[in-house]
Amino acid sequence: MDIGNVDYTTKIPNNVGLADDRRVLKALEGWHPGYIDWWMDMGPEGFQDALVYLRTAVSVDPKGWAKFDYVRMPEYRWGILLAPQDENRKVPFGQHYGEKAWQEVPGEYRAMLRRLVVIQGDTEPASVEQQRHLGKTAPSLYDMRNLFQVNVEEGRHLWAMVYLLQKYFGRDGREEADELLRRRSGSADSPRMLGAFNEATPDWLSFFMFTFFTDRDGKMQLESLAQSGFDPLSRTCRFMLTEEAHHMFVGETGIGRTIQRTCEAMKAAGIEDPTDIARIRALGVIDLPTVQKKLNLHYSLSLDLFGSEVSTNAANAFNAGIKGRFQETKIEDDHRLTGSTYPVLKLVDGEIRRVDEPALTALNMRLRDDYTYDCAMGVERWNKVIEKTGVQFKLELPHVAFHRQIGEFKDVNATPKGVLLDDEAWAKHRDEYLPSKSDGDFIAELMQPEMEAGKFAGWIAPPKVGIDNKPGDFEYVKIAA
Amino acid sequence: MAESERKLSNGATRIDFATDPSRYRHWKLSVDGDVATLLMDVDEKGGLFEGYELKLNSYDLGVDIELADALERLRFEYPQVRVILLRSGKPRVFCAGANIRMLAGATHAHKVNFCKFTNETRNAIEDASASSGQHTICVVNGSCAGGGYELALAADHIILVDDGSSSVSLPELPLLAVLPGTGGLTRVTDKRKVRRDLADVFCTTEEGVKGRRAVEWRLVDEVVSNTKLDEAVAARAREFAGRSDRPKDAKGIALTPLERRIGPDSRDYKFLSVEIARADRTATITLRGPDAPPPASVEAMVAQGADFWPLELARELDDAILDLRLNELDVATIVFKSEGNPEAVLAYDAFLEANKGHWLAREIRHKWKRVLKRVDLTSRSLVTLVEPGSCFAGTLAELVLAADRSYMLIGQMNGDNRPPAALALAPANFGAYPMSNGLSRLASRFLAEPYAVEQLRGKIGTTIDAEEGEELGLVTFALDDVDWEDEIRVFLEERASFSPDGLTGMEANLRFGGPETMESKIFARLTAWQNWIFQRPNAIGEEGALRLYGTGRKPAFDTKRV
Repeated sequence: MDIGNVDYTTKIPNNVGLADDRRVLKALEGWHPGYIDWWMDMGPEGFQDALVYLRTAVSVDPKGWAKFDYVRMPEYRWGILLAPQDENRKVPFGQHYGEKAWQEVPGEYRAMLRRLVVIQGDTEPASVEQQRHLGKTAPSLYDMRNLFQVNVEEGRHLWAMVYLLQKYFGRDGREEADELLRRRSGSADSPRMLGAFNEATPDWLSFFMFTFFTDRDGKMQLESLAQSGFDPLSRTCRFMLTEEAHHMFVGETGIGRTIQRTCEAMKAAGIEDPTDIARIRALGVIDLPTVQKKLNLHYSLSLDLFGSEVSTNAANAFNAGIKGRFQETKIEDDHRLTGSTYPVLKLVDGEIRRVDEPALTALNMRLRDDYTYDCAMGVERWNKVIEKTGVQFKLELPHVAFHRQIGEFKDVNATPKGVLLDDEAWAKHRDEYLPSKSDGDFIAELMQPEMEAGKFAGWIAPPKVGIDNKPGDFEYVKIAA
Repeated sequence: MAESERKLSNGATRIDFATDPSRYRHWKLSVDGDVATLLMDVDEKGGLFEGYELKLNSYDLGVDIELADALERLRFEYPQVRVILLRSGKPRVFCAGANIRMLAGATHAHKVNFCKFTNETRNAIEDASASSGQHTICVVNGSCAGGGYELALAADHIILVDDGSSSVSLPELPLLAVLPGTGGLTRVTDKRKVRRDLADVFCTTEEGVKGRRAVEWRLVDEVVSNTKLDEAVAARAREFAGRSDRPKDAKGIALTPLERRIGPDSRDYKFLSVEIARADRTATITLRGPDAPPPASVEAMVAQGADFWPLELARELDDAILDLRLNELDVATIVFKSEGNPEAVLAYDAFLEANKGHWLAREIRHKWKRVLKRVDLTSRSLVTLVEPGSCFAGTLAELVLAADRSYMLIGQMNGDNRPPAALALAPANFGAYPMSNGLSRLASRFLAEPYAVEQLRGKIGTTIDAEEGEELGLVTFALDDVDWEDEIRVFLEERASFSPDGLTGMEANLRFGGPETMESKIFARLTAWQNWIFQRPNAIGEEGALRLYGTGRKPAFDTKRV
């Protein structure tokens, strides 16, 4: 079989030879109805019958891996797609550095690997659940289509993780696969595993922030799992990253278009002061200080996803060759880290200071630093958008100590600039840093749907180019009558 | 690192077991009617020693000292409390167990004493249920690992939240190459009666077991969803409260702070003194009899509260033993002496016996039972000297029976006009204070001649002199004043010359003859297996699992099976 092309002869499209792997095929077919039930219950609300112009992966060739067509989401061909295997691939880090990459799970790392796969897998359906109400308030059919594209691909990422569980982790893996369909974002009884994936995504600005910040955490996690010495995980994650890029594109351009519209409206109305919030809001656009607050919220929630700065689990996973660093193979060092250190921001005697920690235990911090750098580049591109319109305002990332629930700074109140506040001062200033209830009410009010092809809600600018190079008035979603 | 002395936090020079709720850093005790809640909310920065943080509700000895204190107070200060809810004050984690970095950096002696104390505290939870009608329900939300699960195992009933992630686990073996040191394995098989092969799976699965399977495997009693949790906990609390015989309207007594004077080589309490002779490596504990007759009524006893002689002395002895265990590691032998009138001691025993149905009398006897067990489990040579003017009668006679050896003086010392040494038995010696093997010290002593114990009942209340004491087998040797000093000196010198490790093992073997109970197994296995593994290079060597924990590096094991 040509590994590059996808086999559509089985119920589940794949490039992993499922037709010849009866055991796993049977397991996945057994899991499939539960997945469809989950999608019908928890997938996009109100648009399951709509025809959506979606891309479907048909190959893992980076030059042309997807084709576009109208499809009803429940009929989407979710498949199992792994990047091509490199026969000579070696474990690129840790104590097994230079050994042949594993095609089967090493017994001693089985539990650790399974846990990583389950945590990654749990985030995929969670975001679909978090975003399920957004279709109703889409600012355009273009944006609605992008939302659904993100949703079906998160669904496919769930399939990718479930394939690994079913194929490599035996009965426990099958049970975990079922549990992934049982947990629900925000549920009191069976919440998703990570905090940020139990937060509501109440509006489109949140959705864009989520795809920019939280999906970027996903990207960093996938990047480090793509380095894994367990080759099937590496190959799965490499292909997932191809899809993840679109999700971050949706976030970055979504925010970019929002602030562009705001700045244009301000200019047209002759408003120079970006903090003249009442007048700006009266124009039906989202003022930049509120965008900054949303940014503060989503960035800080996403930082929590990296876990504690100093982490034994991260050290174990690296040493075992299970989870590497961002772009591991491009880093020039011994790839073992047994003797080196890495600077970590810590709270020492009530002050935020940089402290050298053993590099092995500081891997979460390192990945988070790479993430912050990646985020900062995106924020700079937004600032370029603002600058071009002539508005005087700069968005910026808040300090890493700001608004944290996990890690070194979880017990302190820090401002976005990193100044520590006592509880009283924090309570007084909180609404200057994070979206307040009235900010939320304002945004909610603004979220009026625009379902006519080629039209856009007043708070967001149209995109520069269409998806699949379609013209501006293309009907991306044909909503069922 | 492992054997270098760790520094106590905040400049402390000794480990103090005295605390009270106003000083707790890790627990919150609240009482609502007949239900108390013990909320574990460990202060990360509140470690007993420097050099580690108590993350994820992990604990060290300091955390357990507070727990032990709270359990004592629940029994004495809250007679109306029938159910204790053991819960976590932290989201998504119940308790991560004993702090690993603390263990990795602790001396071997501290690890052993830490495990011993935590075991005694877990046993106290079970004792409250079995003896005092104070039942514990453990509500597990989030992860409950290692010592966390061992804590849960001490409860009567374990409720696990069914949220897809809350789990119970004993990850010591796969994660740290050691064993659960606080009774975990023994309670899994002997208390929860988990099937041995399933227990094998459980104890080698780092992430543990959650949900329905945890119930099916008998690891917990029920799983409940978050939204139904409050209702389920309240229902269970009612059910267990209904089984309790604790008084509804009784008012508790305050466990006021012990009055202590701590000198470099001495501790002075109201009814007890400790003298440490560093050169001889002995500590002499002298217990003093009551200075007044027992109160006229139980109401008067309640009014005396913590000053009531038997309670005061039990608390003092407990504190003194723990102090020696943790702070005076070089003491080889503990010498028990007493001063007072045996008749006066017997009068208090008679008072407690006559009022044993009263809640406070009952608590005091169980307190003595626990303190005496603590003595049994102290890994120092124990010797009791029954001298003229002593009062080893009734409850205090247990210290003669608890000793590895006892010596009694025949007659009087030349030039000393105190009355000759006398022993006396009371009904309490025949079952009120069982050892961890489930037998009274008398029954443990006369395993070959159970009838001898029955015959001794005939001696209750009579005065037994040295020669008769030796004849009856109550003391090891009766000596006259010619031999006394030299024999004792030679014995103590010989004792101090033996290998401390050898003595610890031998004494533990000889003290607990007869049957095993879950409790005796727990301590025996702690001493034998866990303490052995704690010393092995696979755990604490340069490449051992405990030493490398947290670095991310993989331990290198010596693969030979022993």
